Amino acid sequence: MRVGLFVPCYVDQLYPDVALAALEVLESVGCTVVYPEAQTCCGQPMANTGCFEDALPLARRFIATFSGFDYVVAPSGSCVAMVRAHYAELLHDDAGYRALAPRVLDLCEFLVDVVGVEKLPKRTFNYRVGLHQSCHGLRELRLGKSSERMLPDFNKTRRVLEQLDGVEFTGLLRPDECCGFGGTFAVAEEAISCAMGNDRIADHEHAKTQVLTAGDMSCLMHLDGLIRRQGKPISVLHVAQILAGRKPSHALPVLASANGAAL
Amino acid sequence: MSAELVHLSPATAHPRRAALFVANDERMHWHDKALWFVRQKRDKAAQSVPEWERLRELASQIKAHTLVGLPDYLEEFEAKAVALGAEVHWAKDADEHNAIVLRILEGVGAKRVVKSKSMLTEECHLNPFLEARGYEVVDTDLGERIVQFRNEAPSHIVLPAIHIRKEEVGATFHEHLGTEAGASDPQYLTEAARGHLRDKFLKADVGITGVNFAIAETGGFVVCTNEGNADLGTALPPVHIACMGIEKLIPRTKDLAVFLRLLARSATGQPITTYSSHFFGPRPGGKLHIILLDNGRSGISQSADFKTSLHCIRCGACMNTCPVYRRSGGHSYGTTVPGPIGSILAPARDANTYQSLPYACSLCGSCSDVCPVKINLHEQLLLMRHSVTEKGFLPKLKQLSMTIASYVFQRPKLYAFLGAAGRTLGRLLPHRWVNNRLNGWGRQRDLPPLPAKSFRALYRERNNGQ
Repeated sequence: MRVGLFVPCYVDQLYPDVALAALEVLESVGCTVVYPEAQTCCGQPMANTGCFEDALPLARRFIATFSGFDYVVAPSGSCVAMVRAHYAELLHDDAGYRALAPRVLDLCEFLVDVVGVEKLPKRTFNYRVGLHQSCHGLRELRLGKSSERMLPDFNKTRRVLEQLDGVEFTGLLRPDECCGFGGTFAVAEEAISCAMGNDRIADHEHAKTQVLTAGDMSCLMHLDGLIRRQGKPISVLHVAQILAGRKPSHALPVLASANGAAL
Repeated sequence: MSAELVHLSPATAHPRRAALFVANDERMHWHDKALWFVRQKRDKAAQSVPEWERLRELASQIKAHTLVGLPDYLEEFEAKAVALGAEVHWAKDADEHNAIVLRILEGVGAKRVVKSKSMLTEECHLNPFLEARGYEVVDTDLGERIVQFRNEAPSHIVLPAIHIRKEEVGATFHEHLGTEAGASDPQYLTEAARGHLRDKFLKADVGITGVNFAIAETGGFVVCTNEGNADLGTALPPVHIACMGIEKLIPRTKDLAVFLRLLARSATGQPITTYSSHFFGPRPGGKLHIILLDNGRSGISQSADFKTSLHCIRCGACMNTCPVYRRSGGHSYGTTVPGPIGSILAPARDANTYQSLPYACSLCGSCSDVCPVKINLHEQLLLMRHSVTEKGFLPKLKQLSMTIASYVFQRPKLYAFLGAAGRTLGRLLPHRWVNNRLNGWGRQRDLPPLPAKSFRALYRERNNGQ
């Protein structure tokens, strides 16, 4: 299976280890992974500002770069949602887009729906994990059931993390409230954005989260920015990093439980 | 200070008002929690209906169907309502609407008007229009009466005084109703308002109500309240004026069953409003006027992107769930209808004045999932940003930065070079130069430690090593 690795531009530049971790995870389940260097940005910042004309050439470029792959996988629900859901507003019925769109998947979605989570290598992660539900993955890709909808419960990101031994999920008062990143919203509405982020962090502190994780590094960049400025004792890791065996920088593992297994 | 009185540039109107609201951290969190509590009540009520998601879909389809045949349904409604003895008036805009109300009041020599909750008359600014002409207009919904005493606009369409604390209500009532200074007991204050309003009901010449649902096949309509004020306000005065937007129509009485099950559950988490009052023509010896208002609605109904915003049944669920609304307060929007739905309706009518509203949104999509008539609110907010941009209202600097970014992203080598240069510079500069008050990101947040190499560089090294 030939997989094109789609790396969000800010992950490429600011969080190379997240992309590296996604690459390692995909290879560990037997995929042949290629990172096409012609890729840059999917165009979401322009589209979300309303500048569809500036986003259009980037959408065309994305389709041309990735059309040859069986699947295109990204460690980001938001960028995948841009391609799969919102390119329709730019490219409409473009044949290349319609053919590629269903094959563009978020990493956890790909592991659950295409690969099968049982193929993931056995690992242990003895920490109290707070799972942040990134909105675009949750409500646009439907990676899980949002709290608003009265449907049977499921969550693909959580399902993937459940494959690791030792993970203890923390219970949040508001399980899927937005962190307040929102792209340019984070700067244009800075006061609200940071208030939303601080409230999410307070919920995780109350739940005794040690490691805060999510399927999108953009939410985590925003939350981690607040956490580090305030010196809070919460570590932040992308789901791909946890799956690839990375450990939090400054959290101690929860003491081994039943089987006495260590790290 | 009332935030909407501050004159602000349209591009930054919402963020400036929102920052004022956030600055009072204790109040902001109290407001957020009060509305989140309503959202949780809604969740419980919706869970009690096994076919909830099917009801939402059905409601959406009924509204879509009605909008397609709206001219015919409106004429059917008019004919049936007239046959029941009502007088039906058509208003193109707010001015025509207010002129019709004035003409009716003059015709019966009225001086005193009682109103039950009507967001439509708020939209038309009917109160100041009538007050300027010497009429006494009393809002009889408790929350609306509170904001009316305080000379404020409602901050929420279902909970108009949700931004005001009971201690402040006590002070307002002390000033206007002579209640004890310092009183904040809700029952005591409500009883004082009840006594005060009873007198207004008894002396009123005309009662004005809104309309929740108008039924084409019967010519009747339904008004939903929790306080029974619409019933008193129409049973006591001899003249009833019902004001409705043309999108309030549904085809059949049996369609009501779908909407009444969704409305109160979505709005407050109640199974149904305390009163769902049906009106079929004037009461014996009385007079009933129905005003059908367009005010931009037929224009929106022609727009492929925004027409489903007219499905809205004004339950307020999108406000209760919106993480921005809960922390910025209803007045930060500067509109009659605030929150997600208001951020579509207002710029659809006046894109320049309300250009900041579609951006007052993190695009989290909670509003779309909570909406009982399945309006794709967050997608429309995104499309509205495009509409604002196309009309040329996006600030020039923002537009330019997006065009430059697009130029760079179309050139991978230039992008990689600029990325490396930026990271190197960021690593060399002192922390305080990067993360400071002048930088919208860095005021409250640290940038991550900048890596020496991008992923594309690491990937190339990895492949060369293999």
